[in-house]
Formats: sequence, C-alpha cells, structure tokens
Amino acid sequence: MASGTFAESGADLELVGIQKRFPGFTAIEHLDLTIPAGSFFALLGPSGCGKTTTLRLVAGLEDPTEGSILIGGKDVTKLKPFQRQVNTVFQSYALFPHMTVLENVAFGLRRRKIEDPIGKAHEALVLVELDHLATRKPQQLSGGQQQRVALARAIVNRPALLLLDEPLGALDLKLRRQMQLELKSIQEEVGLTFVHVTHDQEEAMTMADTVAVMNKGEIEQLGAPEELYELPRTAFVANFLGQSNLFTGHVSGSTSNSITVDVEGTKITIPTKRAQRHKGEVTVGVRPEKLHLHKNAPKKEAGTNSLGPGRIIDVSFSGVSTQYTIAIPGIDKVTVFQQNTTFGPLAGEGAEVWVSWDVDHGFGLEDEPGATPRFPADADTASIAVQKRRALMSELEES
Amino acid sequence: MAFSAFATGTAKEQAPRRKSRIALLLLLPGILYLMLFFLVPLVSLVITSFQQPIPFGDIGEYQTAFKWENYVDVVNTYGEHIFRSFGYAILATIFALLFSYPLAYFIGVTARRWPLVQNLMLVLVIAPFFISFLLRTLAWKSLLSDESFVISGLKALSLMAPDAHFTGTPAAVIFGLTYNFIPFMTLPLYSTLERLDTRLLEAGSDLYSKPSMTFFKVTVPLSMSGIVSGVLLTFIPAAGDYINASRDFLGGTGTQMIGNVIESNFLVTLNYPAAAALSIILMAVILVMVTVYVKRSGTEDLL
Repeated sequence: MASGTFAESGADLELVGIQKRFPGFTAIEHLDLTIPAGSFFALLGPSGCGKTTTLRLVAGLEDPTEGSILIGGKDVTKLKPFQRQVNTVFQSYALFPHMTVLENVAFGLRRRKIEDPIGKAHEALVLVELDHLATRKPQQLSGGQQQRVALARAIVNRPALLLLDEPLGALDLKLRRQMQLELKSIQEEVGLTFVHVTHDQEEAMTMADTVAVMNKGEIEQLGAPEELYELPRTAFVANFLGQSNLFTGHVSGSTSNSITVDVEGTKITIPTKRAQRHKGEVTVGVRPEKLHLHKNAPKKEAGTNSLGPGRIIDVSFSGVSTQYTIAIPGIDKVTVFQQNTTFGPLAGEGAEVWVSWDVDHGFGLEDEPGATPRFPADADTASIAVQKRRALMSELEES
Repeated sequence: MAFSAFATGTAKEQAPRRKSRIALLLLLPGILYLMLFFLVPLVSLVITSFQQPIPFGDIGEYQTAFKWENYVDVVNTYGEHIFRSFGYAILATIFALLFSYPLAYFIGVTARRWPLVQNLMLVLVIAPFFISFLLRTLAWKSLLSDESFVISGLKALSLMAPDAHFTGTPAAVIFGLTYNFIPFMTLPLYSTLERLDTRLLEAGSDLYSKPSMTFFKVTVPLSMSGIVSGVLLTFIPAAGDYINASRDFLGGTGTQMIGNVIESNFLVTLNYPAAAALSIILMAVILVMVTVYVKRSGTEDLL
C-alpha cells in the first residue's frame, strides 16, 4: 500500500477462477470476471446468490478458497483488507458511533497519514451535501444521511475500487431514486471504478454501465442493462430482470433469418440471431410490454406472432400501465402491460381477447427446457448446499 | 436495521416524566435504608473524627470537640500507608485490566461462534465466588508460602534466592488484590465487548487501519464504559482492602495498607478519632480520584 498518496485513477478488477466454500456450503462455485477501470458495474441477484460474498472477497474481508483477485493487474489475493486500495460502503453503513461525522470521514485519511485530513473530509462532505452536519454523531442522522456519510467516508480515500453493498436498501423509494442519481453523478465526477451489489433490478439498470446477473454462485449473464433486458439468455435472467412470457416447444421450421417454434399447436416465430438454440426443444419469450391486446382476432400477418383467443383473468392497475393476465388454452398464462393512454382498462375481466407482437421482439433462451422450471425458485445458498451434499453422497454410493 | 441506531436516542426521551406517588412509595424503603445505614453512620464518623480524649479518662473514652488536628496527625503518622494503599490499588487495577481485557474479549467476541465455550468460561470466571474471599486468600497464602511446592520449586531452579520469601512482600499483596478483583473487572468488560459490533472492525480494516490501530481507535473507545466500570469496581474496594495486606494473609509488616491501619486503630488501640479521620481521608481521596478519572475518560453518563 502506498502510504500518503491516492490512487491515480480507477483500476481494473479481475477475478480469476474464484471459488469460496464455507463450512457446509459453497457460496461461489467458479467465477471469472473482469471489470474495466472507470466503469459502474452492478452485481445483481437474489439474496444468497453469492454477490455479497464476492464483494467481501474483493475487499479482503474473506479469503477465497481458490482463485486469485487482481486489482489494476496486481495480485492482491494475499493482501489484508487494510493493504488494499479498496473501500466499501457497507450495507449496515458501519459508521463509528463514537466519532463525529467529520472524524468518521477523516478516519481512512488519518490511517494513511494523508495531509490535511480534516480539509479533505470537509470536501467529501460537501460533495454529499452534509458538511453542515459535520459535528454531529452518526446516530443523530437519518438513514439517508448516514448512507451519504458512509459514501463520503469511502470516496474521500479515492480508492482504485469502490464497493457498494446494497447501500440503498434502507432508504425509502424517493430518497433511493435521489441517491441513485447522486451516486451516478459522483461516479462520473471522481471517475472511480464502482462495483455495486444489489437485489434491486431497477437500481442496477438505472445506475450501472454493465450488469452481471448472479444466481447460485455463478454469473448467468453479463452485459449492458438494455442488452440484458431485451435479450436475456436464460429463464432466470428473463424473469429476475423484469417479467417475461416464456413458451416452450419444438422447433418446427426455420428460414435463413427466423425459426418457428410449435407451442401446443401455435406457431411462434423469433429471429434466428436472437435465439441461442436453433434445434429441438427450445424456450422462447417476449416481454409483457411488447404485447398488443386485441378485442377481435388480429389478421395473420408475416412478421407478427399472435395468440388467442384467451380470457382475461386478472386486471391490475399500476398507474402508468395496466397489467392484464390472460389465460390462453394450451399455452397457460400470458401477461400483458398496456400503457394507460386512455382512461379505464381496454377490456374487463372475463373478456375474450387476442395478443400479438412483432416477431423481432421475441427471444430464444439457451436453457435446456425442463431442466429449469418456468419460474425457478429463489434458491438460497443453504438449499444449494443441501443439493451439493446429496449429489456428493450419491456419487460416493456409486463408487 | 440502520434505524435501530435511533433506538437508544429516543428511549431516553420516552422515559416517563410524570411524578407518580407510587414511584415515591416504592422508593421509600430504599431511602429510609440509606438514611439509617449510610447517612447516619457517615455523620457519626465525621463527628468521631473531630473528637478528643476525655481528660484523665480511660483509653477509648472520647468527647465531642472540633479537634481538626486529628487529620494532620494521621496524615503525618500514616502518610506512608495512605500512599502505599493507592499505589497498590492502582497497580492491582492495571494488572487486573491487562489480564481481564483479553479474557473478556475472548469470551465476548472471539467465542461468539461457540456459545458453550462462552458460558463455560463465564462460569469459570464466577466460580471462585462460591468459595469465601478469606478462604481463597488463605489458600494462596499456603500455596505461596516458603514451604510450598511453588516457592521451593522456584528455589530449586535457582529462580529465587534460597533465603527469599514471597508472602509478606508487596508483590504478594498486589498479586492477591489483582486475583481477588479480576471477576469485577472481567464481567463489566465482557458485557460491553459482548455487544461490540464486529462490522465496525471490518470497516476499520477497510479504511486502511491495521488491526492494532483498529483496536485502539475503535474497540477500546467502544468498550470504554466497561473499562470505566471495571476500573471503579476494582480500584475502590482494592484501595480500602485490609485482608490481602494483613500479616495473617499475604502481607507483612512492611505492606500495611490504610485499611489495616484503620482496623488496628479501631479495634486494637481504640483510637477512634484517628481511625475515623483516616476513613474520611480514604473516602475523600477515592472520590476525587474517581471524579477526575471519570471526567477524563469522558463517560460522565455512568455517574
């Protein structure tokens, strides 16, 4: 650790073959990840998917069972947390209750013997608009203010890498939106590499340049938010990041630029380049807001998929849009989001309707149909452990 | 989660403020008890300390007067004992703190994962209380006597001179005081360290603080209330202790503390005013030292 100096700029983070086992379960199976310098990276996943463990490994608060961690090309796997140019905004904030806000922020600077810690701490507090509360104790602040102090305490050190562990979890919706924007602008201002862990898909999509969706200790898909949303590759991503209508069927025909899937007698066409698999049983899907609702049977057109007739079994109003759940015989339920451009719902419960969508909006998943249920359970690490143990035991019995 | 931090702040404000007769009624026995057994003896002690002998009276017969010279006399006569008492008490407190802090840290923080170990160790800390204070000290006397295997062993290994003694030395008295008051130091330390949020230690480490620095900047300040109460619970009784320093136990002629002097003045030479004056001085010095200490450690809330 260079004492008395700041990191020049953000640094690359590289995780190579990381595995983390705790007594009784494996939190991370095998993880390879490169996060380029200066980016805002989000690790998104349900609780227990290994995202916080990943963050703690990078911070040095846990040691990986296998693999190595590189920051700016330098192997830091063996370094202690205080030797790493990494700072964390903890989920619990972990502000020192016996120190004032100012001393909390100056703590890291003092430990590294950086000149003028108080002045720099004030600057950081100005950045998060809390300089007027510098002499207060953390417990005299509101949750949102504490969060900003935690942020100031981390960024004041100009770390090569800033880790954020669900820092907005305790805030109410409005404050969270405000903080999301603030975080984003701070990141642009100071140019650090941010790694943000969250289970809030909206937060991840608004803030990050790149999102990695994690499930059961592995990264399911990685990419820009739009890419992940518009072209999910697995059923988990399709359902964790927003909602999806998924249909499983056999590929019945293909042209040069599209494939057709036979779902219980209904043909659904998707573009070939948006499908991960082109043969056999495949799962295809479409986002609910891409669907159009029709009261009369739509004309069969090339370039459009249509389903129906079905019956509306649920209508729920959510302000900007209305969500219709439609039961179509043979196809199960389909969800449609319709923008509320007029007053009142387009059709009431029990009405007979058809749905259609542009072929270009469909996507094909890479999962083996049947291997994953249509809506996979939110598996926590404990149940993964149980599964692993069972697999291991059957393996032992065989040999 | 984060809002639990406010709980302590608001709890104070939520305390009932209305004056209730029931509360007064419930306090009455306590107030009466304190009046009878604390205030009355204290006043009587102050009066005794200014008494003078009845002219041509028997030994131990005194009359009320305002003989403040009693105080000057006892300070002149027993200054050395007063000084020694506080010296021993301070040393014993420091040793007890140095011994208890790692022990309390282990029980309260390190052993959190194993509740069985925690409970077992707490029982071990408290276990000596099942045996009388006097018996324990006597046991140490025989364990550390010249004929004991400890001392003869040390002598056989030439770690001690053949004609040296351990009992009767200041070291033996300080050892006895430290030993006897360790539970009083360990328990308050344990109760604060048990509540220590280890996430704060991780935060310290994340903020470039070496483990030793985190200890002094985070752990120690956060356990200050335990340190202060442990020190008070050890120092105050240790300064007035007269068992360990007594010749019948671990002490000798050269190790007499203020407690021993008060005892012999009251019970042997029947010099009540001198004993009373010494008691008042002991009390006053402890009060001053404790006030300064508590002020300096910034934990006035405790008093």
